[in-house]
Amino acid sequence: MPPKRLGKARVMDIYLPIAGLSVNALVIVGLGGLVGLLSGMFGVGGGFLTTPLLIFYGIPPTVAVASSATQITGASVSGVLAHTARGGVDFKMGAVMIVGGAFGSFAGAWAFAGLQAIGQVDTVIALTYVVLLGSIGAMMAKESGQAILASRRGTAPAVSPRKRRRLINALPFRWRFNRSGLYISPVAPFVLGFLTGLLTVLLGVGGGFVMVPAMIYLLGMATNVVVGTSLLQILFVTAITTLVHATTTKAVDIVLAALLLIGSVTGAQFGARFALKMKPEWLRFGLAVIVLAVAVRMALGLGWRPEEIFTVEPL
Amino acid sequence: MRAAKAALALILAPLVLGADKPVLVPDVSQRDIRIIYSFTGAELLLFGAVLYPGGRAPTGKVDIAVVVKGPVEPVLVREKQKVAGIWMNADSTRYLSAPSFYAVASSRPIKALVDQRTAAIYELGLDSLQLSPTAGALPQEQRRFDDGFVDLRRRHGLYSESAEGVEITDGVLYRARITIPARVPVGAYTAETFLIQDGKVVAGAARDITIDKEGMERFVANAADRWSLTYGFAAIALSLVLGWVASVLFRRR
Repeated sequence: MPPKRLGKARVMDIYLPIAGLSVNALVIVGLGGLVGLLSGMFGVGGGFLTTPLLIFYGIPPTVAVASSATQITGASVSGVLAHTARGGVDFKMGAVMIVGGAFGSFAGAWAFAGLQAIGQVDTVIALTYVVLLGSIGAMMAKESGQAILASRRGTAPAVSPRKRRRLINALPFRWRFNRSGLYISPVAPFVLGFLTGLLTVLLGVGGGFVMVPAMIYLLGMATNVVVGTSLLQILFVTAITTLVHATTTKAVDIVLAALLLIGSVTGAQFGARFALKMKPEWLRFGLAVIVLAVAVRMALGLGWRPEEIFTVEPL
Repeated sequence: MRAAKAALALILAPLVLGADKPVLVPDVSQRDIRIIYSFTGAELLLFGAVLYPGGRAPTGKVDIAVVVKGPVEPVLVREKQKVAGIWMNADSTRYLSAPSFYAVASSRPIKALVDQRTAAIYELGLDSLQLSPTAGALPQEQRRFDDGFVDLRRRHGLYSESAEGVEITDGVLYRARITIPARVPVGAYTAETFLIQDGKVVAGAARDITIDKEGMERFVANAADRWSLTYGFAAIALSLVLGWVASVLFRRR
């Protein structure tokens, strides 16, 4: 007797071997495209959107986090190439941050395993998202809102006062970072890299939205190398994170990552073109709104009675 | 296949001829279910015949129950509770032998067929699963976890109970359909058939079914498990190549 399939033969259904379920390939590619469009417009990796959206779609959180990291590696390639070509990457600074990111990624894997053992991975992922996205979204909304108001009044946008970097300047062993125009201790970028590596493993984000402001305001790097250097760090740290997840949680779904990439690299090109037609402060304001929306959605998810009270994990 | 059937008939022959009890001759539509890239689930047909001693027709009412069971595994079940305004995992319990898949179909509701003890012995019905919880919880609490766990798996399509899922023709031929969802775990499955008369299981027979990933899906799942470092490097390489190809393609425009 020939095997029977349920329902109509849906051509675009594809089975994810690691997630262990069937998804509509078009939905995943479309989701990647949407995130790519936004990342091209705003110049962010978009991991902070990919992971929650995959979770809302029903992908197990661990698989969503791990595969999203893999996707970000591919999504940052073209940016790194373009910034390298125009000399916008400080490789020395990048190397320090990558080493920090690698350590952060290992520490993150250790924390992830510990949280898994006590069953709090999902809660910690959601809480960290809420706190991180909520505070960054609020800061961006405030800054871009002020910029929009200032340009309406026709006054020059208020230049934020140069942050005091006494603490960073007090750190020992100063190195010279020529391209960044800095003479500071490598400990500061190392710690920054470490923190983003931690975020990458736990949340499946590149961490650009934390790193870029920190590089500008905390480290005081020359702005023309900030984005390129942060992309370089993201590329390597997400790659390391893929390895970490592949060997510890075994949750990297190569099919899922590939589908997301097909969508996101295409979307990013259109997003970049779209961005040229918009005013930068409105772009930043738009991003702030999206970031806050995700934070609010995650916060509601924590407070609402969840659909599933019980969860099962194999021993 | 034909040889197997002949052998089966040969084995069954003395039973059929000698015993005064009826014998079941079951079969399933698919002994092997392959999960390939387009797998969205499958439907199993379980069918067969009841051989009565001496070929006599049954005197009373006969009923059939079929059970398809997946490999048994130990699981940890967690329950979310509201702690400081946040829903998070709080209580948990362990089961040593939770079937990864369980579907039962019967010609009448299980409760009308057998008593609770018999149902427990043959694991007939979702209420009668032998999950082997590790002791410690209060009976009331244990019950809550049992219900929550079974309900979760039922809504995922992994557990099911169909009270009128078996069709019996003339008390001799029977057939039942069991739905296998896309999320089905792989492994060695059994399809058991029970003939029930007057509240007693008078005959039983089982067939094995294998569910496995095949082709690329099998390869990917195996690679991720066995050669995880190589798999990780492959994932990175794939993502770098895709990213690079895209940047080359779009630069030309």
